[in-house]
Amino acid sequence: MKAKVHVFLKPGVLDVQGKAIEGAVNTLGFGGVSDVRVGRMIEFDIAGTDRAAVEAEVKTLCDRLLANTVIESYRVELI
Amino acid sequence: MKSAVIVFPGSNCDRDCKVAIERSTGSSVDMVWHQETALPSGLDLIVLPGGFSYGDYLRCGAMAALSPVMAEVKAAAERGVAVVGICNGFQVLCEAGMLPGALLRNAKLKYICKAVTLDVTNTQTRFSTGYAASREAVMTVGNGEGNFFAEEAELDRIEGEGQVVFRYRDNPNGSARDIAGIVNGKGNVLGLMPHPDRSFEGELGSADGALLFQSALASA
Repeated sequence: MKAKVHVFLKPGVLDVQGKAIEGAVNTLGFGGVSDVRVGRMIEFDIAGTDRAAVEAEVKTLCDRLLANTVIESYRVELI
Repeated sequence: MKSAVIVFPGSNCDRDCKVAIERSTGSSVDMVWHQETALPSGLDLIVLPGGFSYGDYLRCGAMAALSPVMAEVKAAAERGVAVVGICNGFQVLCEAGMLPGALLRNAKLKYICKAVTLDVTNTQTRFSTGYAASREAVMTVGNGEGNFFAEEAELDRIEGEGQVVFRYRDNPNGSARDIAGIVNGKGNVLGLMPHPDRSFEGELGSADGALLFQSALASA
């Protein structure tokens, strides 16, 4: 199975990079763009056929390494 | 007196820390590679130095926190050995769960390298007794991700329990409640963004950092 993990700063945590990009986007004339957030996507292959078990394993991996849950939240996608 | 400095791939203040500890305290200092699975015996102080461990991949300090040697550093901290994380070392301690909170990108996205004045808000910790008279210190910061963050409730808790040791007088990076350095609940693990290892002799602009190493080793 292929896993895609999306990691973003939590909503309450100021994303200064997102803010800087938003400023540049607005400068370009795209005034309707707001709330820009910058995150990362991590993609990997993972062995297993039981979807629920694989998802649980990926979430454990996220909690232990891929995301810092003090400041970040994540979303797991299995393909 | 016996100290150790942990060396991760990408650490760049490891030598500074060794020289700073030796000159300010006379302690011997062993350099310990991050792949080691045992620490030298009889350590009084362990320092995690500044730098860019593992190139800051994923998050600052995230990979270093999982280095083999960190299991030993954690065990030593449980036994009561003093542990200090400076700059990237502070990030490693947070990532390893040895200190609360996390360090975000600086509020203005800038890498900041300058001397800052700190208020020493708790001079009762084993790292800060030397500041009892002055209650302030000048040290150099050098970081791009030194913006301390924790949930409001967590900030209330660490403030209430006296875990905030250093505060910026003029906050350079957006840190929550001007926090520059904190200790763990037990009081034997300190993390701070400013560099005592770059401020330990008058010729460096400030000798205030020496007091931190002297305090940490005072009972050794």
